[in-house]
Amino acid sequence: MLLNETRIASYFQIQAMIMGCGTSIETENQGKPSAADGPSKNPSPALTMKAAILIQRWYRRYIAQLEMRRRCTWNIFQSIEYAGEQDQLQLSSFFTFMLDNFTHLNGNGPDLISHLLDSVVEPWTEEGRQAKYEQISVPESYTGPRLTFPLSTTDANNLLTAVKEQKTLHARYVLQLLHETKKFLKQMPNVIYLSTAYAKEITICGDLHGRLDDLLLIFYKNGLPSAENPYIFNGDFVDRGKKSMEIVIILFAFLLLYPDHMHLNRGNHEDHIMNLRYGFTKEVMQKYKTHGRDILKLLQDVFSLLPIATVIDNKVLVVHGGISDRTDLDFLSTIERYKVKSALRLPRCSLEQLELGAGTRQGRAQLGSPYSQGRASRSTRKRKGYLARQSSCSSTSSSSSSSSSLCSPCISSLNTPRRNTPSPCNLPSPSGVLQVPFLDSFVSIAPPEPTREELEWRQVVDILWSDPKIQNGCTPNTFRGGGCYFGPDVTQNLLEKHGLKLLIRSHECKQEGYEICHDGQVITIFSASNYYEEGSNRGAYVKLGPGLVPRFFQYQVSRSTRKLTLQQRVNVAEGSALKALQEKLYAHRSELMTAFQQYDENNTGSISIGDWAQVVESVLRLDLPWRTLRPRLARLAPDGSVDYESCFEDVSPGQPVPQVTPNFAETLYRYRTDLEIIFNIMDKDNSGLISIEEFRQTWRLFNSHLGVDVDDHAIDEMARIIDFNKDGSIDFNEFLEAFRVVHKLDVKEQ
Amino acid sequence: MAEDRENAIISEVHKKISDAFDVFDHERNKTVDVREIGTIIRSLGCFPTEGELQEFITEIEEEEATGYIRFERFLPTMTKLLMERKFRPIPEDLLLQAFEVLDQEKKGHLGTEELTKYMTQDGEPFTQEEMEEMLSAAADPDKNVIFYKDFVSMLTVDDK
Repeated sequence: MLLNETRIASYFQIQAMIMGCGTSIETENQGKPSAADGPSKNPSPALTMKAAILIQRWYRRYIAQLEMRRRCTWNIFQSIEYAGEQDQLQLSSFFTFMLDNFTHLNGNGPDLISHLLDSVVEPWTEEGRQAKYEQISVPESYTGPRLTFPLSTTDANNLLTAVKEQKTLHARYVLQLLHETKKFLKQMPNVIYLSTAYAKEITICGDLHGRLDDLLLIFYKNGLPSAENPYIFNGDFVDRGKKSMEIVIILFAFLLLYPDHMHLNRGNHEDHIMNLRYGFTKEVMQKYKTHGRDILKLLQDVFSLLPIATVIDNKVLVVHGGISDRTDLDFLSTIERYKVKSALRLPRCSLEQLELGAGTRQGRAQLGSPYSQGRASRSTRKRKGYLARQSSCSSTSSSSSSSSSLCSPCISSLNTPRRNTPSPCNLPSPSGVLQVPFLDSFVSIAPPEPTREELEWRQVVDILWSDPKIQNGCTPNTFRGGGCYFGPDVTQNLLEKHGLKLLIRSHECKQEGYEICHDGQVITIFSASNYYEEGSNRGAYVKLGPGLVPRFFQYQVSRSTRKLTLQQRVNVAEGSALKALQEKLYAHRSELMTAFQQYDENNTGSISIGDWAQVVESVLRLDLPWRTLRPRLARLAPDGSVDYESCFEDVSPGQPVPQVTPNFAETLYRYRTDLEIIFNIMDKDNSGLISIEEFRQTWRLFNSHLGVDVDDHAIDEMARIIDFNKDGSIDFNEFLEAFRVVHKLDVKEQ
Repeated sequence: MAEDRENAIISEVHKKISDAFDVFDHERNKTVDVREIGTIIRSLGCFPTEGELQEFITEIEEEEATGYIRFERFLPTMTKLLMERKFRPIPEDLLLQAFEVLDQEKKGHLGTEELTKYMTQDGEPFTQEEMEEMLSAAADPDKNVIFYKDFVSMLTVDDK
């Protein structure tokens, strides 16, 4: 090492000599201007060249470091996003649990969530809601657009103008539009075959996720949909963004206007259970208050009627997620797609199956150690690559393994045809109960012959939820919790089998808005720019001409007029990613502390960086480069080890509710998203208030489901305290607000 | 003892390299896109020229270039590079001096056109994208000049 340092020293000297000849002469010149010709006025070309190279090298290193931070940020966002999808699956299993065990709870058991659990109503015969919109009167004072059906281009243009002016379409027209859309979609096949022969080119857009600005930008750059300008929107119109409703309205209007030139594929977010977590349900209720429920009901039907796939010129398959090794387009064409209301709902199961499920959950509840509380279920989730690697090790099973991880196998012994099921509201019997996936199923049940319904459901789930991977084979997508990962061989087989040459899918955010993989056979297209955070990614759409050669168009919606520098963009994104991570750390504080202390035998309060990284990964399982992130999450002690308590320092719940044990606060905090969803379901009139008793019951259910040990007394105490105005009801928005994170760092910065 | 310390240093270097590599290993199969190699090397604190970077890549690439670099080929070469301190860090004061060389009239700032000329025509020229990004970070938007002292301190801030 010594040797190296001398070498560096001499290197500096050489550099200094090269560079220095400029400076030293300058210094001299200042004293003796007479000698000042040459170098200072006109530095030699060799010298400026060297100076330029030096600046370029410095600058490129600077950019590389920013790029490194940007990628880390990206990984954080992605890990947290997929962890959220898994949480959602767990929440679904909670609903099942509620139905299994508490159906008669104060008479509001199944009713609480009945609208989630509607038996599948066949849209062909169900006409009850049809004329409802006609009875809704539109007041004179309404300044938004008024629609007449069949829609004209004027109507569509008025709608566009209205959403640009932030006007809300009246509930009457929304219902009518949805009703017409539903009527139209009913007659559409599952797989649409279309041809580009008449139009020169077709445009395919990916996920929009409620980002109206992206949709408007696409229309601005690429023109409105029309007979000459056909479009395919490849699912995930809603959730996450604030303007999902506007997007749906515009897309449906153009669908009705140009039924042969506007095509909508279903995405995994066109799913009413997903909408509960990811914001669309809330958006609709906030925008449409009293008519919100009716609109949501109708949307649920419309979503389940969206086509699953589109095939262009018999050569290009367009689906939202991807395929699996059992994807069969011919079979897919024959299914009754409306039955798949949600990927999170397996088709009906038998009672015996439910018993088995209950056993499984007990098994989980027994894992009561601080390590596994509420965590057991996560342990199965790994980042996709890990999985891929595993699969390549055990390649014998990988290619034949079942592709959908959403479910433990589930049989229906009730083979009565679905179309005779009664209407949703009078459905107290468990026959309509959903059986939801148990990711952490300890019991492996020998898969019985799957029913036709289950096969259909799986086909749809694989299409909506899958992601491509680089290795061959087809493995369950445990990272997301649904669908599968399909390798190049799976793509190759499917394309060959159906005589196709290209698969276009969306579903994954890409930094450049698109990505090509599987040797050019798979294109990912994603149209929501700034998806994770301002500046995180570009959006893109792809155009195919008659030669079917893809042409990509990228864009990025910018809120600020001035272009942010890379550093500013990285800082913003990194800031919010780190916040999200700090929240995660805080939510698992006791587990982490227990684990840290196991490594800290002498109670010094610090452990080695390696140990720290290992503990954090073993608890959070986000598969992130913790050593790289460490400087931004935890401080070092003077001896260079990690002061592990410092990673909780910058985060704490706002206005901590007094008399609540830290453990309880932490648990509440960790499940606040789930709680919020449950509260939203319970709060039927959208008043923002629930009764204390309801709160207690919910919490108890949640408790026993999660195997979290909080005694009744603590819950009662909690309920009493948060009834701020002592009127017996709880404003749960306020309640949840109390558990939102306060970032001391931010306060300091501002 | 000395050997232990040497080993400890090497193992620390290995971890650093591995962490940086993993960030770009999207498939988690211990490979990265060859186009990311420059970013990885530079983010590890090295200052290679474009030419040196190309040499490095040629050295670790598969015989038949796949467009991907495998970790097992990257690690030993990168370790050697860090241990031998090749592509050594360039001291900060030299960066300031370099700007001073370009600032012939000693005004303390450079015009955007002036800097663009040097950066895109001299040395290892910037792409248009690189140049735009640099100017958006460096140039005073009102005066259209670069106060390079400020810019140097921005580039040299150690954000670790």
